[in-house]
Parts: sequence; structure tokens; C-alpha cells
Amino acid sequence: MSLLQKLLHKARVKSPRIFHINSGSCNGCDIELITCLSPRYDVEQLGIHLEASPRHADILCITGPVTRNTLEAVKNAYAQVCEPKAVVAIGSCGATCNVFAGSPSVVGPLSKYIPVDVYVPGCPPHPDAIINGIFEAAHILAERGVRKEAKGLPQE
Amino acid sequence: MNYSGLIRLFLFPGLIFAVPAGWFFVWVEHKAVARIQRRIGPPLLQPFWDFVKLLGKRTPARSGIDANLLRLYPVFSVLSLVAALALLPVFPAHAGGFSGDCVLLVGLMEVPSICYILAGFTSGSIYGEIGATREALLSVASNVVMLLSLVTIAVTAKSFHLVDLAGPSLNPGHWVGVLGLLLCIPAKLRLNPFSTAGAEQEIYSGPLTEYAGAALGLWELAHALEWLLLTGLVATLILPTALAWWIYAPAFVVVCFLEVLLLSAIAASTARLTLERSINFYWRWAAVLAVLAISSAAVMRFRL
Repeated sequence: MSLLQKLLHKARVKSPRIFHINSGSCNGCDIELITCLSPRYDVEQLGIHLEASPRHADILCITGPVTRNTLEAVKNAYAQVCEPKAVVAIGSCGATCNVFAGSPSVVGPLSKYIPVDVYVPGCPPHPDAIINGIFEAAHILAERGVRKEAKGLPQE
Repeated sequence: MNYSGLIRLFLFPGLIFAVPAGWFFVWVEHKAVARIQRRIGPPLLQPFWDFVKLLGKRTPARSGIDANLLRLYPVFSVLSLVAALALLPVFPAHAGGFSGDCVLLVGLMEVPSICYILAGFTSGSIYGEIGATREALLSVASNVVMLLSLVTIAVTAKSFHLVDLAGPSLNPGHWVGVLGLLLCIPAKLRLNPFSTAGAEQEIYSGPLTEYAGAALGLWELAHALEWLLLTGLVATLILPTALAWWIYAPAFVVVCFLEVLLLSAIAASTARLTLERSINFYWRWAAVLAVLAISSAAVMRFRL
């Protein structure tokens, strides 16, 4: 790694900004994600910041099984996040659709539509687990950025 | 040859000082808000890492005149802020400047706000347009107060040359003017309670919703420089002019720091006001104060 790449790698690990999408979640995971911003967990000390626009974000945090109504929104938001990016599926729903599996309005799980980097299982997961997942995603994202720059691959 | 202009532009309070100082003040604001909310808050270098990371993002290609305009607005903002910083009357004993540079300073201070509004309308996003409208309405309201405050200070000093305005004065008009400027800073910096223009959770990020990558990083840099410019302007109006440079420069930073703490405390302890109430605040209360200040300053000038 060159010096510039090292600097970028460190910056990407130190400044993961997240965007949150509810893709038909029961709101349990959303409450746990918002708890991470509260004084008890305070993710800002890791540089994690909840962004209002997907264009400003690095990491997409998706809760819920994907429902028919939210599918387009999820795909759209994923496309809006600029490279390098990572996806965290929060809760068991993202991985398996959980209790909603088999419902006619659920078209999940998430990995059928977009690549997921980190699964945070739980119904709902503990805020510590969510923070750990986001932190891991930040490292994945930084590695991905360096790999692509080194190979000179075209960016999608 | 006199190099003081170049030193002001590039060294102090220009680029080399302003960029780290601006980032430092942004960090102080976030940290102070976090401490008031009993959180730990971001690490010291956070604004720097954010900026570097944004430079490394790959932004989607946009074509046409819009794309070029959207790229230029933050550049204009940063350049005009650096120029405005160079005009600040720091070290008044060695300051250059020219008669009427106060007017130029006001003009340069307005450029970022105008660019922010134009960016919102150019981006074509509905949230950008709503945010830009809000910023335009609020900046009209707060600018009336800010201009009247600056004119009050100028009338009491009987000059539009910034060097003559610098430093504390025995005239109460000077202090009312400083108070008026302080009242306008939260609206200029889009801080709570006047943060409707970029209200997240409501209109995404307002005019900056469509921005990404390096251009967004430049907007954040412009915001940091705005912090330094506005707090620095008030600091130069308060600090005694006769100080030696090695006392003046640290004192300047300390006064700016205290102002940032004050503004952060206000931001952390208030909720976002609606646009109507924000405008009411400036037109009903702050503007009345400013009109009283300028009329009393004018009357005193003719009497003395």
C-alpha cells in the first residue's frame, strides 16, 4: 500500500457514515439501531454518524425482511450510495425473513437482491452487536477500497 | 515589498491556519454538544478523517451544465471564505486593508449562503428546493440584523475601514452591534434553533441532499471556515488592538473557542424552530434591537 492508500484506508475505517432503511421491519431493530446513538452507547466516539441522505453514506444498514413495497426503495438506496460501500443486514429478518417467511407480501431475504457484507443476527440484536457489525463493515469497506484502487478496476 | 497581504491570505488567518482551525472548531462544537448530552463525542481528528474519506469516494457521473455548476458552488464558497478571512482585521497595528473593506467583507460572507441556495435549486431534488427556499428566507431575515449591527459599529467608529472597527470601544453602540452579530451567527451557521434549511429527518440534507464525495467534502470544509470567519469577526471586534502578535494570536483562538462553546451550548439546549418562528425572531425581536442600536448610534454621532 502506498502512503496515500494507507491514509484513505484509515480515513474509511475512522469515518463510517451510515444510512438506515426499514424494509418492512417490525420496528424492533430500528429502535435498537437508534439506541446506538444514545448516550449509553454513543457511536459518535467511533466516528459513526447517521446520515440523512444515502449519497453521503458509506454503509447501508437495512432492517426487516424485504417486502414487495420496499424492494424498489432498497435497490434504489443501494444504488445511491457511492463506492466503496458496504451493507449491514440488521436482525434475523435480513438473513432468513425470520417469522415473516412465507408471507405473500415478503419477497426477501435481502441477499437475493443486493450483496450483504455483514449479518447481525438477533430478534432484535443487542446494540453492542449492531455497533460491532457496523465497525466490521467499515473494515470490509476500507479493504475493498484499497483492493479496487490497487487493481485499477473499473468502479461500478 | 509588503508581504502582509500574502501572509494574511495564506498563513494567518488564511489557508494554513484556517483549515485546521476550522476543523478544530467543528470538532469543539460536536464534542461540546456530545458532552452536554452526556455522551463522549467524536475524536479530535474526526473532521479531518471525514474530509479525507470524502475525497476518496467515487461519485456517480452527472453530465451537462448542472454537473459543472454543482461542482463549482462549493469551490466558490471556500475561495470567498478564505478571501474574507484574509480581510479580517487581525493584528490591527500591522493591518493593511482599505477604506470600505467592511462592505467587501459583507459581500464575501454572503457568497457561501448564495451558493448553498443555488446548489439546492440546481440539484433538482425536491428536498434541495425546499431547503434552499428556507435558507433564502432565513438569510434575508438574519442579514437585515447583521447588516444593521455592522453599520452600527461602523457609525460609532465613524469609518467603514475594518481596522478602525477592530478592538473594544467605550461606546455602547459598539457592544450592541457585537451582540447583534452574535445573534445572527446561529442562523448563518444553520445551527439549532435556526437549522431548518438542512433539517435532517425532515428534508434529508436540504440543498446538499444530492451531493457526494469530494464536493460534499468541500461543503463541509466551507462550513468549518464559516465557523472560523464568523467567530473570528466577533473576536477581532472584542480583542484590544494594542496587543503584541504573540499574545494576540493565542487570544484570538481562545476568544473564538469560547464563542464556539457558547454557540454549541445554545444549539444543544434548543430544539429546531419552524421557519415561521425563526423569521419572526429576527424580524420582530432582533431587527427591533438593531434598528434601535443604529438610530441611537446615529443620534449620538450627531450630538458629539
